[in-house]
Amino acid sequence: MTTDNANAGMQVSNEVVIKIADMNKWYGQFHVLKDINLDVHRGERIVICGPSGSGKSTLIRCINRLEEHQKGSINVDGIELTNDLKNIDAIRREVGMVFQHFNLFPHLTVLENCTLAPIWVKKMPKKEAEEVAMQYLERVRIPEQALKFPGQLSGGQQQRVAIARSLCMSPKIMLFDEPTSALDPEMIKEVLDVMIELAHEGMTMICVTHEMGFAKTVANRVIFMDEGQIIEENEPEEFFNNPQSDRTQLFLSQILAH
Amino acid sequence: MAGGRIYSGDLPDQPAPMATEGPVAWLRDNMFNGVFNTVLTILMGLLLLWMVPPALNWLVFNANWTGGAEACRVNPDGACWPFVSARWEQFLYGFYEKSEYWRVNILLAVLAVGIVLLVFEKMPGRKYIAFFMLFIYPIMAFILLYGNEKLGLPIVDTPQWGGFMLTLVIALSGIVASLPLGILLALGRRSKMPIISLLSTIFIEFWRGIPLVAVLFMATIMFPLFLPPGMSFDQLLRAIIGVALFASAYMAEVVRGGLQAIPKGQYEGAMALGLPYPKMMRLIVLPQALKIVIPGIVNTFIGLFKDTTLVLIIALFDLLGIVQASIADPNWSIRSVPYSGYAFVAIVFWICCYAMARYSRYMEAKLHTGHKR
Repeated sequence: MTTDNANAGMQVSNEVVIKIADMNKWYGQFHVLKDINLDVHRGERIVICGPSGSGKSTLIRCINRLEEHQKGSINVDGIELTNDLKNIDAIRREVGMVFQHFNLFPHLTVLENCTLAPIWVKKMPKKEAEEVAMQYLERVRIPEQALKFPGQLSGGQQQRVAIARSLCMSPKIMLFDEPTSALDPEMIKEVLDVMIELAHEGMTMICVTHEMGFAKTVANRVIFMDEGQIIEENEPEEFFNNPQSDRTQLFLSQILAH
Repeated sequence: MAGGRIYSGDLPDQPAPMATEGPVAWLRDNMFNGVFNTVLTILMGLLLLWMVPPALNWLVFNANWTGGAEACRVNPDGACWPFVSARWEQFLYGFYEKSEYWRVNILLAVLAVGIVLLVFEKMPGRKYIAFFMLFIYPIMAFILLYGNEKLGLPIVDTPQWGGFMLTLVIALSGIVASLPLGILLALGRRSKMPIISLLSTIFIEFWRGIPLVAVLFMATIMFPLFLPPGMSFDQLLRAIIGVALFASAYMAEVVRGGLQAIPKGQYEGAMALGLPYPKMMRLIVLPQALKIVIPGIVNTFIGLFKDTTLVLIIALFDLLGIVQASIADPNWSIRSVPYSGYAFVAIVFWICCYAMARYSRYMEAKLHTGHKR
């Protein structure tokens, strides 16, 4: 199966939904992100990889302002990310995020986790929010768990709930921050399957992940980061078969060696 | 070892080899596991045998239950409960007008019904009952207790309030005021805005740093010095404010402990969904934080409830104060009367505090949603 075939039906438009220009970030004196330039088109599936501490998580956390950047600009769907709380809230409503540790709310049921933001942020009537939530829970294949609490589910199920919870806000962009890193091996597939389906539906996705299989089949661009910089970006086939920089080659040799 | 091996994989579940449940196992595991614990158990058993029968004898079997002061004089080796039954009105209402007792009775009845209704979760309209008890009831209580001439209720001024009623007034006002105030102070102390954080910290550390007795003295003696001449401020109200602010400082630190136990991921999960700060706190962080610190919150409530007895020193007669004053009555100068009075106060306080403790345990169990951190 070639990448082209797998990606058939996943259209990438010319429209830029995220524009990051000359973005820099520091933690105190530590320069974590250096001159990041990145345009994300609508419908694109981008995989960001790189060694631990390379700044890849920090980069996507800047996109919905979980981290603040100090220099340069980030523009999401026409909204400039500044200290203006209104803009931050507007962007967060359009950008969904899935975390490594799920971050479900343990005191609420699965269904309540999913309806919380639609009800309180979008002012959706409860009934409607519950219908929407059940639709998404069916899509991630756990509608029967709706009335349980997150603590009663397996890791894979929790992560699928987290994906459904984000989708309930009908985001235009989804960010995935190492969504399978905290899962037992036999649960990784069920989460990746949901993500692959999402990609086929044309969702704009940025995934920080070490799942190179996922990158090969789903991504249309792979970005390699090291020490806070983007080192290389390419289409997956070229990226894996013919990496240009030494650091990329070293990284790939380390993760693909066994 | 060469070659693989295959196992049937159908081993049945078997009962554990030794009894791990039942009273015998419990005794063995908890009371007699080892020489040291066996000795301790026997010693404690002897201690109980030495203490409990005489106490029960004095409190119950050998106590005077009927027949006024004379009976107590005849049998001084048991508690003198006629003292309590002769004085119970004063113990409950203080120096409140006898003809207006019904006002207190209504409030006590509504309070009891309200609490019972709130304890049952399945109660329809529980939200409205809670709203009533939190917001309407205090206003109603004030109007009924103090009186309102327009409504035809004669004024009963606060120096006449006393007994268990006064204990409840101070304790409940303190409890109702200190929790929200404590939450606000805790949020303030953790605020990213330096001025708010500094002010909250100063407030908390000030009130935590001085004894409640000093607070009450200041409220009575020093506070009027700062008021413009001619203006006065009700003594009881000052005491209530003092107790509430004092308790809220403790409450703030309890709540802060809970806030710090909430993982960062919960905040991030809420923020990523677009929840603004107040909603994030109200819907995600505080419900979890408060649940964690229920034992600490109830601990503070219990402490506050018992601390109300300190208002004795500013000439307010709460339950303990009024019992103590009654003991001095020459008609009841009997050896067993003071002990009986104090035992009665202790029992009343113990029942109230233990009820709060049980409710706290119940809430913890109810709110546990089976998550591990």
